Amino acid sequence: MNSSSKTEIRSRLPLETNVFQNRQAKNWREEVIKTVLLFCALISVLTTFAIVFILAQETGVFFKDVSVLDFLFGTQWTPLLEPRSFGVLPLVCGTVLIVVGAGSLALPIGLATAIYLSEYASTRVRSLLKPILEVLAGIPTIVYGYFALTFITPLLKTFFPKIQTFNAASASLVVGIMILPMVASLCDNAFRAVPDSLRQGAYAVGATQYEVTTGVVIPSALSGVMAAFVLALSRAIGETMAVTLAAGATAKLTMDPFVSIQTMTAYIVQVSLGDTPAGTIAYQTIFAVSALLFIITLCMNIISHRLLHRFREVYE
Amino acid sequence: MISQNLTHRHRVAILFHGFCFMVSWTGVVILGILLFHVTGEGLHWLDLQFLNDFPSRFPEKAGIKSALFGTVWLISLTALISIPLGVGAAIYLEEYAPKNAFTRFIDLNISNLAGVPSIVYGMLGLVIFVRWFNFDRSVLAGSMTMSLLILPIIIIASRESLRGVPNTIRQAAFALGATRWQTIYSHVLPASLPGILTGFILALSRSIGETAPLIMIGALTYVAFVPEGPMDEFAALPIQIFNWASRPQQEFHELAAAGILVLLIVLLLMNSVAVFIRHRLEKKNQ
Amino acid sequence: MNRLLVCLTLSAVFLFSVCEKNSDANDRLKGKIRIDGSSTVFPITEAVAEEFQKLNRRVRVTVGISGTGGGFKKFGAGEIDINDASRSIKQSEIQKAEQNGIEFIELPIAYDGLSVVVNRDNDFVDHLTVTELRKIWQPGSTVMNWSDIRPEWPKKSIHLYGPGTDSGTFDYFTKVINGKSQASRPDFTASEDDNVLVMGVAGDENSLGFFGYAYYWENRSKLKLVPVDGGQGPIAPSGKTINDGTYKPLSRPIFIYVNKTGSKRPEVQEFVRFYIKNAPLFSKEVGYVPLPNKEYQAVLERFEKWLSGSLLSEKSRPGAKIKKVLFKGN
Repeated sequence: MNSSSKTEIRSRLPLETNVFQNRQAKNWREEVIKTVLLFCALISVLTTFAIVFILAQETGVFFKDVSVLDFLFGTQWTPLLEPRSFGVLPLVCGTVLIVVGAGSLALPIGLATAIYLSEYASTRVRSLLKPILEVLAGIPTIVYGYFALTFITPLLKTFFPKIQTFNAASASLVVGIMILPMVASLCDNAFRAVPDSLRQGAYAVGATQYEVTTGVVIPSALSGVMAAFVLALSRAIGETMAVTLAAGATAKLTMDPFVSIQTMTAYIVQVSLGDTPAGTIAYQTIFAVSALLFIITLCMNIISHRLLHRFREVYE
Repeated sequence: MISQNLTHRHRVAILFHGFCFMVSWTGVVILGILLFHVTGEGLHWLDLQFLNDFPSRFPEKAGIKSALFGTVWLISLTALISIPLGVGAAIYLEEYAPKNAFTRFIDLNISNLAGVPSIVYGMLGLVIFVRWFNFDRSVLAGSMTMSLLILPIIIIASRESLRGVPNTIRQAAFALGATRWQTIYSHVLPASLPGILTGFILALSRSIGETAPLIMIGALTYVAFVPEGPMDEFAALPIQIFNWASRPQQEFHELAAAGILVLLIVLLLMNSVAVFIRHRLEKKNQ
Repeated sequence: MNRLLVCLTLSAVFLFSVCEKNSDANDRLKGKIRIDGSSTVFPITEAVAEEFQKLNRRVRVTVGISGTGGGFKKFGAGEIDINDASRSIKQSEIQKAEQNGIEFIELPIAYDGLSVVVNRDNDFVDHLTVTELRKIWQPGSTVMNWSDIRPEWPKKSIHLYGPGTDSGTFDYFTKVINGKSQASRPDFTASEDDNVLVMGVAGDENSLGFFGYAYYWENRSKLKLVPVDGGQGPIAPSGKTINDGTYKPLSRPIFIYVNKTGSKRPEVQEFVRFYIKNAPLFSKEVGYVPLPNKEYQAVLERFEKWLSGSLLSEKSRPGAKIKKVLFKGN
């Protein structure tokens, strides 16, 4: 280190003459700062506890009146109408329909895009395509909902005239577009982490690029790819605005993508459109549905995390 | 295992290449269509009157002023709340925390929270900020909910950035007798600032477009004024867009498109600011 | 020199005219007015709020659409000053308000003819009787296709759209058609936001929905109105048939409920007066039917008298009493 930077550093540090006294004051200050920062980090723990606590509390009240089996396996969701029925399967079915549709669009295309980005594309193309994908990822979900309602649905109507204004197909297409960049980016990371030596070895025995990609790269990055898929699907499950605007508000058990359905998230929004007051059965249902949503996405995130860790270990 | 038929294999390889190439640009094409559609629908509504007027039942008179100002209020407050908390947490986790089970537990929490749907945060905000703390439908309740939402993103991005600072800098400072905090404050933070700021602005961009949590805390009302304090009711850009998009009249759909354009422009501005700041800071650090 | 004079004069004129325009606006009143409730009444309240705020720029009015029931829950808890209601307050809601010490006044402001609509391209539905409507909408209804209603209609599946359970329109319709408030078949697209229903019906040729007349009127190019036969032949809702009550049984008054404590504030008083005075204009503008002028007079008087305390003795069932006074024929 040359002398100028030495003086620079020294002048930034408050070196005092009475070292002992200042050591005590410094220690005390350090401790305070450390505690403050610890508190900041604990906020995340607090948040998790708060979520769990709040959801569990109201769900507990809910399950006093409704049996868990009825809730999880019942096929009629009419919590607000007489006669009341609290089977959540129609909502889950709506969510599944959207996620399956979105996944069938996003997973293959995202994977192919990631393959292209990491195996085929030149640096120049990469520097063009990657930012575009990031822009796609940064577009707010409400814009996608609007797009589904005003562009995709009319477009689908010209091909399938029987389609309803609110339908699952539009919403799932748009959710697919939304999670596409996520799949592409995560899979790309997974592919780039595969050591080049593996590829070179395959080329050395005369494999074509296609064979290297499908025979070496993808299998090596498999857990990363799967983690990406799971994470993207988890995001699709939690998607709210696009489905609220475009998919409808009829909770029904169906696999028909051309009719109006309701997802778990859209139900929560529908009931809360008016800021539901506490203590009503409607209030409790949104907590029960939220709890289910939270548990599902939590499990998926944990699975994806595990997959990623397993994948990281292999190369370290 | 590898077949001898070279021509066939080559053909397959070329087809595959072409397939991946075409599919990759699907994303770009879709983005293009989306922007084209939105601009086509909304551009003619975008004028000074639109920016300066409040929402109205007459499409010609309707404007986005309350939503725009509300969003500005919202992100300012969110920034004020979430930057210190997020960066503070990242500093603790990267610089202070011992590598034990408790720290791993915090880590796990943060990565889980990053994946929780935004609507669950909305419910959190509803119960805690609107009911318990009694903040009602105010900007404060909205921004606190948003802060919780983007906190995991800020923490993760800041940690990446802090991790990127070479350890030699820390070692050098310790060697001269600096305390941990002094090291961080005077050396590590400035070096990681570009990354932290970028991550922070990206997190904030995400929060601008979030609608669901705001709906949950009750922001979906007709609001024809600009907030004057953190306890006032507010409107927000995504909420106004949602409102207009839900109306059946074509003019309101076009207004929604214009609102989307405003939203996208705001996002573009924020991202440009991020890139600019990062550029300037990187130059300074060199 | 001349040019300077001209410029100065022009700027003076310009500034003066700008100031002149602004001085129409009143800065005297200030405060917050919280309104929530029915999506049916919302178009009128939105119009009133918009115009009122133009004239009183320091007053802030927020209007939500939680539905009549949702609004009453908040009203009874004292969280809002005015509730838009497309039905009158229920006994249970009165009790809840009394428990919280909330006193209110019920002010009818217009008539609505709850309209049954189908898609514009639907060419076979000419009218529906009340019995047929009940058959379609009752709980446990087995009507799945149009042909289940009348055999000569096509065997296509029928898609239903209606307001949600927090909606006064839903309460009213189910009470009048199904005999019991909130009793209905569950498999329809429900939304407290009538705009969503309009979009649904307008885009689906096998649809049937119901909502306030204003929403039909605003979107009449996209929808087809269904005349309803209440026993005296099919009658379509219109300004006339709603006003003279021949559109039965789906004509109804719509109200605003004002919190008494809230109305002690000058801005709320002015707002309510503005509302009543302009109700004929705005209700017509959005497509509802104004009350006869005499009744508006009575409503205004009611509000003023009640403000001055003279109605306190008749407080025991405020809803019922006022209705009797104002709706002699109802």
